[in-house]
Amino acid sequence: MSRSRTDRWLLVGLRASGAVTGAVVLLVIAFLLIESWPASRHVGLSRWITDPSWYPTSSAADGRFNLVPMLWGTLAAAGIAVALATPLALLSAVFCRFYAPPTIARFYRRMIQLLAGIPSVVYGLWGLTALVPLIQHFRPPGTSLLAGAAVLTLMILPTIALLADAALANVPGDHLRAAAAAGLSRPGTIRGVVFPAARAGIFTGILLGTGRAIGETMAVLMVCGNIVQTPTSLFDPIRTLTANIALEMAYAMGDHRSALFVSGLALMAIVIALVAMADRIGRGYAYA
Amino acid sequence: MSKPWAAFIVVLSFALVGAGCSESSAEAGATHRIVITGSSTLAPMIAEIAKRFERDHDGVRIDVQAGGSTRGITDVRSGLADIGMVSRQLGAEERAALHSHPIAIDGICLITHRDNPVAAPTHDQIIAIYSGRVTNWQSLGAPPRPITVVNKAQGRSTLEVFLKHFALRSDQIQASVIIGGNQQAIKTVAGNPGAIGYVSVGSAQYAAEQGTPIKLLPMGGVPASVRAVAEGDYPLSRTLIVVTAHPSTGWTERLIDYAQSPRVHDLISEHYFVPITD
Repeated sequence: MSRSRTDRWLLVGLRASGAVTGAVVLLVIAFLLIESWPASRHVGLSRWITDPSWYPTSSAADGRFNLVPMLWGTLAAAGIAVALATPLALLSAVFCRFYAPPTIARFYRRMIQLLAGIPSVVYGLWGLTALVPLIQHFRPPGTSLLAGAAVLTLMILPTIALLADAALANVPGDHLRAAAAAGLSRPGTIRGVVFPAARAGIFTGILLGTGRAIGETMAVLMVCGNIVQTPTSLFDPIRTLTANIALEMAYAMGDHRSALFVSGLALMAIVIALVAMADRIGRGYAYA
Repeated sequence: MSKPWAAFIVVLSFALVGAGCSESSAEAGATHRIVITGSSTLAPMIAEIAKRFERDHDGVRIDVQAGGSTRGITDVRSGLADIGMVSRQLGAEERAALHSHPIAIDGICLITHRDNPVAAPTHDQIIAIYSGRVTNWQSLGAPPRPITVVNKAQGRSTLEVFLKHFALRSDQIQASVIIGGNQQAIKTVAGNPGAIGYVSVGSAQYAAEQGTPIKLLPMGGVPASVRAVAEGDYPLSRTLIVVTAHPSTGWTERLIDYAQSPRVHDLISEHYFVPITD
């Protein structure tokens, strides 16, 4: 009797927290839609893509509102970062799990955890004072897509590495013993047994890393140069959607402010597309 | 099923009532509240003036929030704020609708890296640099090095004052880096021997005195310094003002008088602005 009552309370609690979590996401989207409504109405739909540039003003008629270069900036910086960080992170996880002696593995894992905990503004400061002058030495102005992607790579590398490491650790010991009994070499086991079994977890890590790369604001604001243009080379300065919001929000009024919420909505759309994509890929691979 | 829900709602409503209570008790004190919003250039200085005013006067509390000159003007007109801080010139329509009170003067100067040999670019050269017609320091007689043009983000007052002085339009500027505040501009220029940017004279002079490798360029033949701005010779300066919607009365008037009095000149100088003395 008492037990079923505890269960009932637990159920209520679980439902409530589930409802709150779901509601928060819906509220965020609703909030973005409401705040971006004035700009969507005054600017229309096509001008976000067809306007010649981004010079927002507080009344939509005088301003120019092209978001596409910043969309490319965001995707390029995050894309390069994920492409660089993923192989490094996977190799690091494999090293940590299968090749490193236990003492070194523990120390190494601590280091990666520490790396994951460094605040992004510290990466930004390092980028601005060390990385940017270095790049600028070869190709001025230095603040560039390359600097942003490099900082983002460092930032998401530990996230992907830690989750991949956890996913590798979760591969059942039976699988490994069976592989050993079948006479598979260690690289063969890792490639043929461990990776397929850990795919879902690895993908979650990559997804979280990508999300962080897309959403990162402070560090990219400091090292990317914030020029609104579609990048044509690694050395071009770019502005990401997040940096755009952070740069202009404090001073934006009227339609300009509302247009920044449209940037937020665009970011949200990217993230939703990403989750949907990951869901599809994940479903194909997940074992359990 | 219904009972737990009822309990949940009761807890929730207690929480809400609790939140409401704490809010009303804060209002209950018999203090007068003045809200000031606007220019982030003025905000730190006004906050200190407000702190000193609160210390000298009982029964008044002052909230200072930064958010740009335009926000200050809008908030005053909509009644959200009692006083707005503005670091740019008022438009004709704004001047007609608002009462303005000058507080201090601030100069804007161009800065380059300390190692840049170009000593004094002319008015036309600066326009050429910022509009992208000149892209290498070689054109100004220096060793060849690409120019990194540092510009401020859209909506910043410094940008507006700068554009107005050089009769440029925002979309004519070919920038290589866009930054937010003065400090970021100084850091960017200090880290790049080919860079040129513009910032408040006060913050540039302070940074240069602290050993940051930047150089303040003269404007129209006048060397850039807080003293030159004070003497009135320096051509690119702006008056930092506060605005009110009505002729100010009561606490608001006393605060503005206080901010214009010699009693706060030390605070104004501490922020590297120039007090107004007539």
